[in-house]
Amino acid sequence: MIYFDKVSKIYPDQSVALDSVSFSIEPNEFVTIVGHSGAGKTTLMKMVIAEDRPTQGAVFFESANIHKLGKGQMNKLRRRIGTVFQDFRLIANKTIYENIAFAMEASGRLDSEIKSDVPHVLELVDLSKKIWNFPHELSGGEKQRVAIARAIVNQPDIIIADEPTGNLDPINTLEIVKILRKIHKLGTTVILTTHDKDIVDEVCGRVITMERGKVIRDDKHGKYVL
Amino acid sequence: MIFTNFKRIIKSGFINFWRNGFLSFSAIVVITVSLTVFGALIFGSAFSRALIKEIKNKVDINVYFTLDAQESDIFALRKTIEALPEVNKVEYISREQALSDFKEKWKDNSLMIQGLEEIGSNPFPAALNIKAKEPSQYAGIATFLDSKGATSQPGLNIVDKVNYNQNKLVIDRLGRIIPAVEKSGTIIAIIFIMVAIIMVFNTVRIIIFTAKDEISVMKLVGASNFYIRAPFVVSGIMYGIFSGIFTLGILGVFAFYSDAMIVKFSGVQGVNDFSLLANVFSSYFIQNLGQIFAIIMGSGIVLGAISSYMAVKRYLRV
Repeated sequence: MIYFDKVSKIYPDQSVALDSVSFSIEPNEFVTIVGHSGAGKTTLMKMVIAEDRPTQGAVFFESANIHKLGKGQMNKLRRRIGTVFQDFRLIANKTIYENIAFAMEASGRLDSEIKSDVPHVLELVDLSKKIWNFPHELSGGEKQRVAIARAIVNQPDIIIADEPTGNLDPINTLEIVKILRKIHKLGTTVILTTHDKDIVDEVCGRVITMERGKVIRDDKHGKYVL
Repeated sequence: MIFTNFKRIIKSGFINFWRNGFLSFSAIVVITVSLTVFGALIFGSAFSRALIKEIKNKVDINVYFTLDAQESDIFALRKTIEALPEVNKVEYISREQALSDFKEKWKDNSLMIQGLEEIGSNPFPAALNIKAKEPSQYAGIATFLDSKGATSQPGLNIVDKVNYNQNKLVIDRLGRIIPAVEKSGTIIAIIFIMVAIIMVFNTVRIIIFTAKDEISVMKLVGASNFYIRAPFVVSGIMYGIFSGIFTLGILGVFAFYSDAMIVKFSGVQGVNDFSLLANVFSSYFIQNLGQIFAIIMGSGIVLGAISSYMAVKRYLRV
């Protein structure tokens, strides 16, 4: 489904974020990418949503080279990928409802669909009561659950979660991981990056370990080894 | 779907405008200041045009005739002068009229009237009052009067004097000053307008800078550039509309207030001498309200919309 072909990323200051990384991700996998800070996990995620471009190599989504897509195609691709970030990235001056509705509007969904789907997806992350609140009125864990709700509302093929629990306490972390597993069970591919050992052990799926821009381990049923 | 998108964009633009209340307010203040500069320039040029027109009106040449000149000869000369292309208007003032004008002017001054009575007969000559189309043309007319005139024909010397030389200095200066004023006025206007536009652009850029994370999130959920940008343009148009309304209010108050000030400072005499300057601003404002409204509103909306459009552009590259 996603294929990294010898992808390297060298920043203008000559620091190497990715060094000839190759691997592929199959549909309906739950992949955890682990590594220390600066190992290249976030850069890898940015490549998938074309927020960043590789210096060398290519990233394919199905058969399409992500970085060679036109603007319109790119927008369509992004609507098939749900993204969750460590810093939540909610739109500050929109309510929770509007934040999620915006993602649906962007993919051209009907008003009637938005009206029925938004409350439904908020129920899924247990935030129905906060539907008319603004992001700054929510706790970190709640914000992240909104971000997940936004990521899944368009029923994407893949969820990319880049250190989604980095800013959360252990209880909220567990909650987020539970939700991600639930989404995975419903048939969505999940790519999760983390440096939290407990999460890796909890998920108990495929684990890709990165160090200094390189993939050093790729285990089918991995444990946290670093 | 197009209608739905349009509706969503408008709604989102309104919500942005309302929820970013303070930022919207500061944009409105800056755009209002800029539009007021535009308005002041419009008024300034209207005022200077009225002033120049009035001064041009005040400049003239008078041809005074000898006391025994025949009216028929004067009319003949008037006809020749009227035929000149530079001449705008020629007015005949008979001796009787000159006398009654004098009496009217000094009716409250017994000394003057007494002096006049002592002379006994009517001391005033008949005169032709000549107005040219442009101040620079007076020299030509004066030359014509000197060379041709009735003066050159012996026995028919009915012209006593032409007062061009007395007015020459004023006329020459006006001929030079007026174009210079008009030219420098245009240059100053262009500079002011450019400064105002840059100011608005920078303010809107700062406002949209605060939304740059928001824009990148919108990009990452797959919104099209148009769909991201359009609500900002809608907000920009709203800044323009509100600024336009405030500016028109400010200009209206200014127009009526400054008219009162002109009367107060120049005095009744000044207003009488320069009749056009009485209520010059307020009457200009009322007469051209439609045009002023269109210019101010139009520039406000265009400024708001274009500056928002351009400011969003740089954050759409994600």
